[in-house]
Amino acid sequence: MGRYVARRLLQMIPVFIGTTLIIFLMVHILPGDPIRAMWGDKAADPAQVASLRHEFGLDQPLWKQYVDYMGNLFQGDFGKTFGGREVIDEMSESFPVTLRLTAVAMIIEIIVGIGLGAWAGLRAGKAADTGVLVFTLIVISIPVFVLGFLARFVLADQLGWVAPNVQDSTDYAQLFLPGFVLAMLSMAYVARLTRTTFAENLRADYMRTAMAKGLPRRRIVGVHLLRNSLIPVVTFLGTDVGGFIGGAVVTEGIFNVQGVGNLLFKALQQREGSTIVGVVTVFVLVILVINLLVDLLYAVLDPRIRYA
Amino acid sequence: MPDATKTQTETEAVADATAAPSAATGKTQDKPRSLWGDAWFDLRHRPMFWISSILLLILLVIAAFPGLFTGADPRDGDLTNHFLTKPELGHFFQPDWFGYDGQGRSIYARVIYGTRASILVGVGVTAAVTLVGGLLGMLAGYFGGWLDSIISRVTDIFFGIPFLLGAMVVLNAFADRKVYVVILALAFLGWTSICRVMRSSVITAKQADYVTAARALGAGTSRILFRHVLPNALAPTIVVATIALGGYISAEATLSFLGLGLADPTISWGIDIAEGSQAIRDNPHALLFPAGMLSLTVFAFIMLGDAVRDALDPKLR
Repeated sequence: MGRYVARRLLQMIPVFIGTTLIIFLMVHILPGDPIRAMWGDKAADPAQVASLRHEFGLDQPLWKQYVDYMGNLFQGDFGKTFGGREVIDEMSESFPVTLRLTAVAMIIEIIVGIGLGAWAGLRAGKAADTGVLVFTLIVISIPVFVLGFLARFVLADQLGWVAPNVQDSTDYAQLFLPGFVLAMLSMAYVARLTRTTFAENLRADYMRTAMAKGLPRRRIVGVHLLRNSLIPVVTFLGTDVGGFIGGAVVTEGIFNVQGVGNLLFKALQQREGSTIVGVVTVFVLVILVINLLVDLLYAVLDPRIRYA
Repeated sequence: MPDATKTQTETEAVADATAAPSAATGKTQDKPRSLWGDAWFDLRHRPMFWISSILLLILLVIAAFPGLFTGADPRDGDLTNHFLTKPELGHFFQPDWFGYDGQGRSIYARVIYGTRASILVGVGVTAAVTLVGGLLGMLAGYFGGWLDSIISRVTDIFFGIPFLLGAMVVLNAFADRKVYVVILALAFLGWTSICRVMRSSVITAKQADYVTAARALGAGTSRILFRHVLPNALAPTIVVATIALGGYISAEATLSFLGLGLADPTISWGIDIAEGSQAIRDNPHALLFPAGMLSLTVFAFIMLGDAVRDALDPKLR
């Protein structure tokens, strides 16, 4: 187990370096000059532009910029924004907000998704199954931002049940609606996946054995069937974190949540290279660690899987 | 003429390599079908397939000839007479059918003319990722060794970048975001899943006995690859590609909505939804019609993908 984790952590290093390099290049190599853009349409003072470029290290060759950036990163220094703030400060303000939002979304996704999928899977081929299938098809077809505006329009503007904007992101009641919108798409996928594996495993030999032993139905479904059906679902939940991060930019914008998605969106508009690279780097790290955790979780779910 | 019948069935059996004993009866409907024949048989009996195909056919005609469906100019705004006019749901196919937007433009005309960009992006990205990802996956899976190691590591790296997030960063750098720019950006980040699927199915296919047989008969690498391995490894790739198509359309709309996708002279539902969202409180129609059309298009593609997957994936039968 320890050796497996160590090997996986070592394998992460080239992927991490490659991914950050691509993001770094995408931000810096593509046309457009962020320093010049600070002046907008006005004429810029060349001396000032040059000194700013020097201050942010933009006059260095690109490979040097990347090496310097990574070197600083390992000392916990994410660089400064053009406004002079530490990127790490901006991120430590907004990351907890997004963390809470994704936690709410994840819980909704797991409970509703697995619940709906299990309900449909146990009734495969019946009306309830078709209903869930059509429902998930419709949910998948409506893009998150449309869903967000519709939810806001109906629940906040028309019915007045919730506040349209999130004022206080530590209040989980306010985070419920944005979390729900963020969760919808993944929830539909989880429901479909759970339904398929449930319907498939229902015909497995161990199910017949469990039934023949006279176990109560609760135990057959809740332990035997559920545990055997969870592996593909857990895999999906792990890979889906990346989707959540993209969705967070949209959802946070619609409900005015001051999280990382919002920070990133503003950084993109102002071409704030250091913030963009910093945020994406942290995301990539999070995704890599979650993928490792998912692989370790397999062994918990299925004792046949052992990591030597 | 017992002899003639015998010869005939024998020729049939030789012609069809997969012929089973039941083919000897000589009836055509008993002839065993190939995977593709089987899939087509299955598809023809699915209402989902027909509903989505008809929807998609209509959408394709709209995308190709928008002028057939409306005489109004989608870029022609009349602020004095038409500012956010409500829809006239009885006026079928008239410019005021879906009402007017915040710039006095016919929403019906914009919904019709917006189809092209969405379909182009969806089909273009799917074609690009299938070509690039499919080719890389095929090479990695068939040749293995160092080539596989390199391609797989590059795939890992690109797979690590969140799709929508990466697309935002790439597209942010382009001032002039035309359809082909959006296609290239999405394809640049999206080819990895096809590559992985293709690689694993090629690895399975190349170990089959018929590949060994073909090699023993002296077939060259390219013949084995394109005549034997590829046709037998294609099904999972097609399934993933069809299902992803709807997702690409949705991604384009999301990016355009954020102001990072298609930009103004191009008509895109995403841009119209963003504009409509500003007046949603009193005039939801400016958002609802483009959003409805977008969802309908994604729905049609996802439904087609579902039907194709059910038909091609024998595990689900």
